[in-house]
Amino acid sequence: MLELKNLHAEVEGEGIEILKGVNLKVNKGEIHAIMGPNGSGKSTLAKVIAGHPEYEVTDGDIIYDGESILELDPDERAHAGVFLAFQYPVEVPGVTNTTLLRESYNTIAASRGREELDPLEFDDYIKEKLDLVEMNPDFLERSVNTGFSGGEKKRNEIFQMAVLQPTLSLLDETDSGLDIDALRIVSDGINKLHGEDDAVVLITHYQRLLNYIVPDYVHVMLGGKIVKSGGKELALELEEKGYDWLESLAKVNGEAK
Amino acid sequence: MSETKALESMIGEEYKYGFTTDVEYEDFPKGINEDVVRLISEKKNEPEWMTEFRLKAYRAWSEMEEPSWFNATYEKPKFDTLQYYSAPKNKPKLNSLDEVDPNIRETYEKLGIPLDEQKMLAGVAVDAVFDSVSIFTTFKEKLAEAGVIFCSISEAVQDHPELVKKYMGSVVPARDNFYAALNSAVFSDGSFCYVPKDTICPMELSTYFRINNMNSGQFERTLIIAEENSHVSYLEGCTAPMYDEHQLHAAVVELIALDNAEIKYSTIQNWYSGDEEGRGGIYNFVTKRGACRGENSKISWTQLETGSAVTLKYPSVILQGDNSVGEFFSVAVTNKKQQADTGTKMIHIGKNTKSTIISKGISAGRSDNSYRGQVKISKKADNARNYSQCDSMLIGQTCGAHTFPYIESANPTGKIEHEATTSRVGEDQIFYLQQRGISEDDAISLIVNGFCKEVLKELPMEFAVEANKLLGIKLEGSVG
Ligand SMILES: Nc1ncnc2c1ncn2[C@@H]1O[C@H](COP(=O)(O)OP(=O)(O)OP(=O)(O)O)[C@@H](O)[C@H]1O
Ligand SMILES: [Mg+2]
Repeated sequence: MLELKNLHAEVEGEGIEILKGVNLKVNKGEIHAIMGPNGSGKSTLAKVIAGHPEYEVTDGDIIYDGESILELDPDERAHAGVFLAFQYPVEVPGVTNTTLLRESYNTIAASRGREELDPLEFDDYIKEKLDLVEMNPDFLERSVNTGFSGGEKKRNEIFQMAVLQPTLSLLDETDSGLDIDALRIVSDGINKLHGEDDAVVLITHYQRLLNYIVPDYVHVMLGGKIVKSGGKELALELEEKGYDWLESLAKVNGEAK
Repeated sequence: MSETKALESMIGEEYKYGFTTDVEYEDFPKGINEDVVRLISEKKNEPEWMTEFRLKAYRAWSEMEEPSWFNATYEKPKFDTLQYYSAPKNKPKLNSLDEVDPNIRETYEKLGIPLDEQKMLAGVAVDAVFDSVSIFTTFKEKLAEAGVIFCSISEAVQDHPELVKKYMGSVVPARDNFYAALNSAVFSDGSFCYVPKDTICPMELSTYFRINNMNSGQFERTLIIAEENSHVSYLEGCTAPMYDEHQLHAAVVELIALDNAEIKYSTIQNWYSGDEEGRGGIYNFVTKRGACRGENSKISWTQLETGSAVTLKYPSVILQGDNSVGEFFSVAVTNKKQQADTGTKMIHIGKNTKSTIISKGISAGRSDNSYRGQVKISKKADNARNYSQCDSMLIGQTCGAHTFPYIESANPTGKIEHEATTSRVGEDQIFYLQQRGISEDDAISLIVNGFCKEVLKELPMEFAVEANKLLGIKLEGSVG
């Protein structure tokens, strides 16, 4: 489904390289977790996959469903099924959640040849999804993320994921900011949404999330590269040992390039 | 950078109304002097008192200096070569639509304003003003049944002189300011509306102003009177062809609301705004003022200002009656090299008077957008209240936004609240929406629309679609 080949990316126009050769393969039906210290490039990786104009891919490729998506605009990538739950969801004052979601849903539906929903149908559809993440319907009529608490923003991201039904979900630190109950509810929601035909990439700092959403693979990102991959046990090992022991790996790989 | 481009393609989209209509004009001398003023009055067959009104205004104007206190720089209009009156030659007294010059009729069709009553939006009466003259007013009879007079100001001078005499100049005196004085001397046409006591006007009223002739200025005059316990909603729309020369538009609008009356006045202004380099475009220098004369009366100004090269405009309310209410809701969009200095004045005189100001300025390109507002609470205005909110949104790095609030209070019981914000449409906001599948253009539309929401919802329903089209914005949930 997704394959990153020696992906290099830098900040547009500033020549600061952040991704320094990322290789990663994600298949349908899989859950991957990416862990790694602050500033190692996890969010950048997610944004580059989603097509953020702030970053320029200088080498390598992003293959999605068998084709390079480097030339696609962010909205076209979204139409293709890529969804990013933001580490820092953005506020859009004056635009209600429902407005945004109906517009999103219908644009994506149109581009994929699915049936568009009229406002009434959409209302019914959306109510179901609210239940999935136990979100208060009041949030539908509030402006997107505006004045939401940190945890509410995160829950709202997963609510959007539920509505849009992406095939590749990149969830950037969705767990941070959620209280204990919310973490359980949101994780349950993600598990219900995930199936054979889609893939989930979780970015997280905490092994705790992985107790709820059990990954097939865990990757460690360090200095703009994936330096180690393993099964879910790797997360436990990281929890215990931290990242220091991997520093040397990063350097060796770095020089090998 | 990319968001700037997208906005330009949206707001700065090819001006669709830039075509010219081929009509023959009556000959009329250029420049201005007492004879020209007299000639205008004569052309319009005006009574003596009207001619006198004009001449007095002309004399006042000739002694006035052109103002320059606003935040805009432009080449001054050439008053001595301007043509102050411009009427299509083919202009009999029109009784039926069939008599309207087909070219002019076609112009309005092209603008999306069919004059044919059958085709009109249900519930909207239209007065069409082409250059200096009112071409046709629809639904006159239906309005007359309700007792509402809606006609051109020229007709009102003939048919309802007592009303015109009593109210014209009573809110904006001829010597009020440079452009109001000029207008008072040479005004050509415009709309007149009178809503009698205890009457709710049965439909939206609207006037479409079109400047066609290249060398003429447009000086229209609008007068709306709402008697006790009456209610009226009025909308004006404006477009003009694209010329390389600037054209002057100096209108005067006066509103009078008596006890318990309410006037809602909306404007969708889309005069040609000039090109990338600031060549051509309309100078929009208008004086709009409403007087809440009666107790519990209310006047609301709502404006969507998207066009013109230079706009200087401050729709104001004089709150004379106790408990009267004044409102000003404004969206001003500037792009390319447009300059807008716009805002309002709320003058509190009566007790318990209340005013609300919501202003949204959006600047893009190399434009300059200023809000200028005055709130004045006079000595006798016990318990007056004002709330002002002025938000600016910047798109790109080369535009400017400014806020100039002036507050004056001579009564310690008055309460004035002022809030102002400035934001920039950020790459992150656009990316967020694009990540949700929305195109860059639509993302900007959504953001801008969200920003203006409080104001756009004040526009009459019938015009909401038009307003959004104009902003290049798809209405939120276009289906709903
Ligand atoms: N636009 C930018 N300009 C300059 N530096 C940037 C830019 N974007 C990211 N960086 C830098 O790239 C590095 C990686 O950032 P990124 O946000 O991807 O880290 P992260 O792994 O998600 O960290 P965290 O765990 O704290 O969320 C950081 O050092 C960050 O400062
Ligand atoms: Mg991050």
